[in-house]
Amino acid sequence: MDRDKHGWKWLLSAPALLVLIAAASGPLVIVGVYSFLSPGTMGGVSWVFSTEAWLRVFMARDIFDPEVLSWNAAHLTIFWRSIWLSLQTTLICAALGFPTAWFIATRPPSSRTLWLFLITIPFWTNLLIRTFAIQELIRNSGTINSLLLWAGLIDQPIQMLFTDFAVLLGMAYVFLPLMVLPLFAAMDKLDFRLVEAGYDLYASRLQVLWHVIIPMVKPGFIAGSILVFIPAIGAYVTPRILGGGRTMMMGNLIGLQFGQGQNWPLGAALSMLLLIIVVGALVFYLRVVNREEDTRRG
Amino acid sequence: MKKTYLLGAAALLASTSIASADGVLNIYNWGNYTSPELIEQFTADTGIEVTITDFDSNDTALARVRQGGHGFDIVVPTHSFVQTWINEGLLMPLDPEIVTDRGNIAPQWVDVAFDPGREYTVPWQWGTTGIIVNTSIYDGDINTADIILNPPAELDGRVNVIPEMSDVMAIAVYAAGGDDVCTDDMEIWRAVRDSLMAAKPHWLALDYGTLDSYVAGDIAAGVYWNGSSMRARIQNPDLAYGYPATGYPVWMDNAAVLADAENVENAMIFINYILQPEHAAMLSNFARYANGITGSDAFMDPAMGEAPEIVIPDEFIAAGRFSSACPQEIQDIRTQIWTGLLQ
Amino acid sequence: MARSFSVKRLPGFGAIALLTFAMLYLPIVILVVYSFNAGSSQSNWEGLSLRWYQAALSNEQVQEVSIRSLWLAATASGVATVLATLAALGTTRVSRFPGQTMIYALINQPLMVPEIVTGIALLIFVAFLKVNTGYAGMGYMVAAHTAFCIPFAYLPIRARLETLDSTLETAASDLYANPVQAFRHITLPLMVPGIIAGFMLGFVISLDTVVITEFVKSAGQETLPTYMLGQLRRVVTPEMNAIATLFLALSILIVTAFFLITRKRG
Repeated sequence: MDRDKHGWKWLLSAPALLVLIAAASGPLVIVGVYSFLSPGTMGGVSWVFSTEAWLRVFMARDIFDPEVLSWNAAHLTIFWRSIWLSLQTTLICAALGFPTAWFIATRPPSSRTLWLFLITIPFWTNLLIRTFAIQELIRNSGTINSLLLWAGLIDQPIQMLFTDFAVLLGMAYVFLPLMVLPLFAAMDKLDFRLVEAGYDLYASRLQVLWHVIIPMVKPGFIAGSILVFIPAIGAYVTPRILGGGRTMMMGNLIGLQFGQGQNWPLGAALSMLLLIIVVGALVFYLRVVNREEDTRRG
Repeated sequence: MKKTYLLGAAALLASTSIASADGVLNIYNWGNYTSPELIEQFTADTGIEVTITDFDSNDTALARVRQGGHGFDIVVPTHSFVQTWINEGLLMPLDPEIVTDRGNIAPQWVDVAFDPGREYTVPWQWGTTGIIVNTSIYDGDINTADIILNPPAELDGRVNVIPEMSDVMAIAVYAAGGDDVCTDDMEIWRAVRDSLMAAKPHWLALDYGTLDSYVAGDIAAGVYWNGSSMRARIQNPDLAYGYPATGYPVWMDNAAVLADAENVENAMIFINYILQPEHAAMLSNFARYANGITGSDAFMDPAMGEAPEIVIPDEFIAAGRFSSACPQEIQDIRTQIWTGLLQ
Repeated sequence: MARSFSVKRLPGFGAIALLTFAMLYLPIVILVVYSFNAGSSQSNWEGLSLRWYQAALSNEQVQEVSIRSLWLAATASGVATVLATLAALGTTRVSRFPGQTMIYALINQPLMVPEIVTGIALLIFVAFLKVNTGYAGMGYMVAAHTAFCIPFAYLPIRARLETLDSTLETAASDLYANPVQAFRHITLPLMVPGIIAGFMLGFVISLDTVVITEFVKSAGQETLPTYMLGQLRRVVTPEMNAIATLFLALSILIVTAFFLITRKRG
């Protein structure tokens, strides 16, 4: 009975799920298997079962005395830094993206699509080229410093490139449309009578924003935050080029194991761990959101 | 419009690139490394159409070809990876009937450890990884690893190191008194770790470093490749290239034919083609590295023939060393030191 | 003249929005300016010249990889948008059903691991298929890019659907519209902004997908991002800026065409 009622929902999702299982999630099983094997010669794996990779995710063998195990401080630092950076990126994107999406959504319908396109046009240029352009903008003898020096506002160039500021700037740049577009999609059909009702009840702009507008566009916020936060954890190019590669992010650490480090099982185990953390967080998050909705509806 | 798109789509989907046709050759090489003029002339001379596909690292290339179904005929791995390519049966011995001009290879590049007698590979380009210094900022001795590992005050916080684990490790191992990058002497590794950890706070970045940043003086010194250093020096004469006296890495990229190549004959023809001095010189003029073929100097850009970056000064030749690939235990130690450095 | 009170106005939002647009376009301006540089540097202006455009336009490889990239992005994000729209209809504004969270997690899975991981997994799986089927064409690349684009297309569409008022559809069925008619005339038109947003996101994401492509591609399947990745260690010339500028021009052309078409209809 129940199955019949829900069958169509599955049917609608089926084509997408098939593609995903064939070309993304399915092959990931291979990575899961690899995390329990031994490293091969110069990359790859040798088919010998081992839990060493998983052990090494958390624990470090002392280089000079392999019998001595301790917490892998380097890995833990890198995990934490990635999560913290993604969080900051998401917040910056939300802080810039919400007003931007609102601005677009409140334009007359005729020009709305134009503004929307304006958000995505910069992303037609390749990521590397765009990142190099940002680098040119902020480096010591770059455009911004030259202008400031010329205007006499500073007498020494400000070191912006290769700093945390540069990484955050670059990350916000890359991920901004992923926040703006879902927010816009949610705002576009906003019922302004509700906003008006708020003002009629003498609510201040801030109160209306907080109690009326934000709850109404919440789905857009959720979608945008997921689209920004999760890929930001694995970001690779931006931290390397704008941050100067002085410190690694999770994406760089995993990339190192599959590349120059030539330890595929460790790379696989690190990837699986990342997957588990993200899926866990997502499921927990959805549970909370659903429960909230239930209490509101109930 | 729609029809054209669909036809295009059908054509793209149907084209199985593994299909072998007569005048075709598929080269798998580092990006921006194959002289377009050479390819043009090769096609004009032989009628063979060439397709070039890029890889971004030795690890990617090896991983991709190992799995099969790639459709490539020629690959250009670095010397330290060649042994693995040969041992795993991924390369095909060169056909002496077609590759007749191996005698053109300069004598010092024939009996190389990674391919004695050149049975599988021929030289593509070779170079060194050394140190570039802006001499208007620091005018002391630049032929020392101390520029990186113990930067003088003028260079403090203005040093850039390329994010290549094996090159950086090699320079540090040699500076610590080791002569094998895969040494199992733990004391050497302890010294390497300590010297890198102590040096890092003095570095500005671990970046590939754009040529422009060196030219403009944003970066005052760094670990850099010789060919790129030469290009930078041409734009800013204050830049000089140093060879660390304790030892520096020498590398060579080599062309080889894949064991599962579809266009074997064409591939062999190409290999012999680049053994000709005038063709090898075309590779060098484009990529700006030396090629290891006798007599190619005559066809090369004169600026390269005198460049101290390309022609190693006699007193530094002995300090240049080929690194080898390390066994997994040593590789693990290197990765751990590297991870600790970048944590 | 007193400014009339607008419920749509939020103080400061316009300024932040314009600042954001400025931030987005500043590097783009730099890139466009240097594409016209006579010198071979990205930082020293040496006069106006079209030499890098000449170089880009006479570089056959660049043209080939650009066209392949655009074709791939259009195809993959097009397919992904259709699939994502269907999935969004099946999972949004419906009573909760068993497995819903799983579908949601599965759809978003490509976001959850860095590209390199999907790349390695696909390398092994796709190479296996290539060896065993003998087919090594672009189909694999389309499938891989489509899968990667699905979450980017799905989330905006879903966000749009969630904020839609269902009273219109109820009204339609009250007026004896069958579900297909109600969908065709009510739901679908209302979903269009979400669908456009989803398609555009998918398109730019596919244009930037580099690591997956690097591992999946066979001979002659270079795309623009992998071509550029190969240049990273070498000298990057303004030729790359010229290519990027040409892509911008193309995007502006497409946007303009889109406008003229929609205006005619309107």
